[in-house]
Amino acid sequence: MAIVEETKLVANAAGRMVPTLANGKTQTPYLGVDQYKPQGNKTGPPIRSASDYPHDGDKRVTDLETALRMCGLRDGMVISSHHHLRDGDRVSLMALGAAARMGVKDLIWFPSASFPSQKGAIELMQSGALERIEGSMNGPLGRYCTQGNMRGMGVLRSHGGRWQAIQEGEVHIDIAVIAAPTADAFGNCDGSHGKSACGSLGFALADSIYADRVIVVTDNLVPFPCVPWQIQGNNVDFVVRVDSIGDPAKILSGSTQITRSPDRLRIAEFVALFLRDAGIMRNGFSFQAGAGGIALAFVAYLKQLMQRAGVKARFVRGGSTKFLVELLQEGLADYILDGQTFDLEGVRSIAENTRHIATTPFSSYNHHGKGNFACMVDAVVLGATEIDLDFDANVVTHSDGRLMHGIGGWQNCLSAGCTILALPSFRDRIPALVDEVTTLCGPGKLIDVVVTERGIAINPRRKDLLDAVRGSKLPIRPLSEIKAEVERICGGKPQRPQRGDRPVALVKWVDGSVLDTVWQVP
Amino acid sequence: MALEEETSRGSVGVAGYAGSEVRSDLQVRIAAGHSGGIVIELESRVKPYYENSIRLQIEQLSEALNISHARITVHDGGALPFTIGARFEAAARRAGFGQGIRLLPDNVPLSPPSTRDRMRRSRLYIPGDQPKYFINAALHAPDAVILDLEDSVPPQEKDAARLLVRNALRAIDFLGCERAVRINRLPLGLADLEEIVPESPDMILIPKVEMPQQVLDVGRKVAEVKGAFGLTRPIWYMPIIESALGIEKAYEIASASEVIAAITIGLEDYTADLGVPKTEAGLESLFARQRVINAAHAARVQPIDSVFGDLSNMEGLKTWALQSRALGFEGMGCVHPLQVAVIHEAFAPTSVEIENAVRIVAAYREAQARGLGVVSLGSKMIDAPVVQQALKLVARAQATGLVK
Repeated sequence: MAIVEETKLVANAAGRMVPTLANGKTQTPYLGVDQYKPQGNKTGPPIRSASDYPHDGDKRVTDLETALRMCGLRDGMVISSHHHLRDGDRVSLMALGAAARMGVKDLIWFPSASFPSQKGAIELMQSGALERIEGSMNGPLGRYCTQGNMRGMGVLRSHGGRWQAIQEGEVHIDIAVIAAPTADAFGNCDGSHGKSACGSLGFALADSIYADRVIVVTDNLVPFPCVPWQIQGNNVDFVVRVDSIGDPAKILSGSTQITRSPDRLRIAEFVALFLRDAGIMRNGFSFQAGAGGIALAFVAYLKQLMQRAGVKARFVRGGSTKFLVELLQEGLADYILDGQTFDLEGVRSIAENTRHIATTPFSSYNHHGKGNFACMVDAVVLGATEIDLDFDANVVTHSDGRLMHGIGGWQNCLSAGCTILALPSFRDRIPALVDEVTTLCGPGKLIDVVVTERGIAINPRRKDLLDAVRGSKLPIRPLSEIKAEVERICGGKPQRPQRGDRPVALVKWVDGSVLDTVWQVP
Repeated sequence: MALEEETSRGSVGVAGYAGSEVRSDLQVRIAAGHSGGIVIELESRVKPYYENSIRLQIEQLSEALNISHARITVHDGGALPFTIGARFEAAARRAGFGQGIRLLPDNVPLSPPSTRDRMRRSRLYIPGDQPKYFINAALHAPDAVILDLEDSVPPQEKDAARLLVRNALRAIDFLGCERAVRINRLPLGLADLEEIVPESPDMILIPKVEMPQQVLDVGRKVAEVKGAFGLTRPIWYMPIIESALGIEKAYEIASASEVIAAITIGLEDYTADLGVPKTEAGLESLFARQRVINAAHAARVQPIDSVFGDLSNMEGLKTWALQSRALGFEGMGCVHPLQVAVIHEAFAPTSVEIENAVRIVAAYREAQARGLGVVSLGSKMIDAPVVQQALKLVARAQATGLVK
C-alpha cells in the first residue's frame, strides 16, 4: 500500500499531474507530441545455446507447473500473456494459478490486455501471489484497481507502447506464456488453425523475442513444422499441451452484427460521407476501423460509397471482421493488414487469403522504430469516452474515473492522416463533450474530427479539412456548439465527480513518457 | 405493504420504470407523511454527475405540488430533466397530490406552425411511454414525429405517458418535424387532449375512427382547451380508419372537419376486423386503401398509408412504399427511424416525372405570361388538374432538393 509516500507529482507538458516514480522506476513526464526521443540501444535477451535444448527439437514438458519450475520461477517475476483469445482466454489464469500453487509471491502480470473473464486475478492479488497488473484493466479488474486495492501501480500502455517498453527494457519479461491455437513441439505457433483459432498472434511477438524464458501452451499440437510460424520456435523454451486454451464462443463472434441503433448508424454514415466529401476516399487510399458497433457500420456505409464511386483501397487495417473480408474479396481493397481477428470470417480469410496479412505491434504501432504502418493510414475511425474543446480525448476511464477500456492501438492510431473519433454526444445523461477530460489519453493536436449524431466538428487546426468539406451537405459545426446543445439537453453541465488524491495507474504515451494519472475513486 | 403505509402514514404513489435495463427513465415513489420534511433517497446511474441537479429538481417539484412531508425514493437510469418532471408529477398525482396543477419544464422555441398541405411522406411513431426514444427521433428527419399515447402504452400507464408526452412537447427540439400526438380512442382521448393541447402539437392523430362524430367530439374538446389557454396556433387532425365500418364511412370522416389535413388507415386492426391475415403483398386491404385514397381526394385532404411493421425487411418496405405511392398515397408511417430514408426515397418523384412536370410548369408560366387561357405543350393541351399536379410535384421536388 506504500505508493503515495514515495511518489512526487509534477505537471507534465499537457498540464496533467503525474508521478515521477512508479513501481520503483523513474518516470519521464510527457514532454509533448514528438518531443521525447531517448537515445541508446535496445535491450536483448540472454544468449542461449542450441546444445542446451533437445537435439530432436521436442521441447514438450508435461504441464505448466513443470515448465514454470524449469524456467526458474521465483518471487517478484514478471509473467506476460496475451489477449489474442480475448475474453475466451484460459491460459493466463492457468499460468498465474499454477505459479500461485507453487507458492511464489509478488508476481507482476504483464498482459497485452486483460478481460472480464480474468477477474480471478483479483483473488491472486488478494492472496499476495500477484503484486500488480501492468496492462489494461476493465470491468472487475478496473474496479479493483481504481478503488485502490492493487499493491503496485497500474501501468496502461498502447499496443505500440507495450512493444516500446519491452524493447527498451522498461519492462523485463522473465517468463512469457504464449497461448497457441496450433503449435509444434519445437515451439512454432500459428493462430489461424485449430479449434481455438483466433487469427493473428502479433501481440505475443515481442515477448517471444525479448523474454528470458518462453512457454508455449497449445491445445492443437501438430508434427513439425507448424506453418506459418507467426511465433518462431527458435525463441521458445518449453511447449505444454493442454485440453483447451480457451472458450471458442468468447474468442470469436460467430457472426459480427451491425448495430441497429439508429443514432449509431447515423454517426457511422456521417463518418463514411465525411471521408467521401473530404476527398480522403479516393483510389489507393487506406483506412483503419475497429470492431465496435459504429466502426463496423461505417465500413458497410463506406463500401457502398466506394462501389458507387468506383474507388478501391490499397490496404485496410483491422481488427478484421467479415466486413473487411468482403472488401478484400470483392476487390475493393488490395490487402488487409490485420492486427487482430474478430470473427470466423476473419480467421478463415487470414488462413486462406494471401492478401490478408497478420501484422504485429512492431510493424503497425511501435513508435521507437523506423516508422510504422499506423502513420501511413489515411484515415482511422476510433471511439472515445470524453473529448474536450481542445480535442483532447479520453478512452480509458468513465467520466467518474473508473477504468473501463484498455488503450489498445488507440493512441498509436492517432498518427493517421485523419483521425476521426466517432461517438454519441451523450450517453444516458452523461455528455461526452466536456470542459476537461477525466483522463488524458490522446492529445488534441493529433485528433482531427469528432463525429456525433448531432453533427461533425473539425479541429480548427485542420484548415485543409475544413476547406475540403466546404459545400458538403454534412452538418459541420463547431465542437463548442454541439457541446452547448448537449448541455442544454442534459439539463446543464455535469458535476465534476469526486476524485481521490492517490494515483493508482499511469497512462503512458506512445514514447514511454507519462501522459496522465488514473486516480483512486473514493 | 403499500396499503399499510397508506393507512398508517399517508398516501403512496409510484410512477416510471426501474431496473438495470432501464435507460433514460426513472422510477419515483412518493410516500407522503405528516412530519419529517422531504427525504430523498436517490439511486442513479448518473449520480456522480447530476446528483445535485436531481435533488434540487425534486425539491422544487415537491414544493410546487405542496408536498411538505414525504419520503421520495428515486431509481434513475439517466433520465433527462423533462422525464424526471413527468414521472414525479405522475407519482404525485397517483398519491393524491397536485390535482389541477401542471408542472411544466422549460419550453424550447416552437418552430413555425404546420400547414394543411405540408409534406407528410413519413411519420415516425414513438412509444409515449419510452422517453429514451424521444430525444433523437427528429434527428432522423421524418416529416412528422408521433408521440403515441394509444397502442404502445399499457392501460395502467396512460396517465403517466400523457405527462411525459406533454413535457416532451415543451422540452424537446423536434427540429422542424411536425409534432404530432396519437391520442387514445374516446373518451380516454379527451383527457389526453386536456394535457396535450396547451402545448400546441401540430397534429392530433385520432385512432379507430368510424363515425364523423368522433372527429367532431375531438374538435369540440380541442376548441375548448385552446379557448381556455388563448391559443390560436393551428392543430391539424389525421383520423385513422381501422375498421370495415370506418372504411365505408371514409368520405364522411375525411370531410367531417376543416382542420382535417390527412386521413390514414390502420391495417393491423382493419385486417383483424375482416378476419384475414395481413400479408406482405397487401391484397386483402387493397380495396380499403384505395377507398381511403379516393375519399381523401374527394375531401381534398392527404391520403396517407399505414405502417410496414417488419423492421428487418427493408426490401419489403421499399416495395410496399413504391406501390403505396403508385396507388396515390402521399406518405406512410414508420415504426423505426431506419425506415424513414427508405420511405422518402420511395415517395420521391422519379426523374422522368420531375422532367415532365418541369416542362408543364414552364409551359404554364409561359401561357400565363402571354395571357393565354390554355396551356399547351407541343401540340398537346394540358388540362388544369394536370397543371396543378405538376406545380405540386415541382414544389415537392424543390423542397426535397431534387430540383433547383
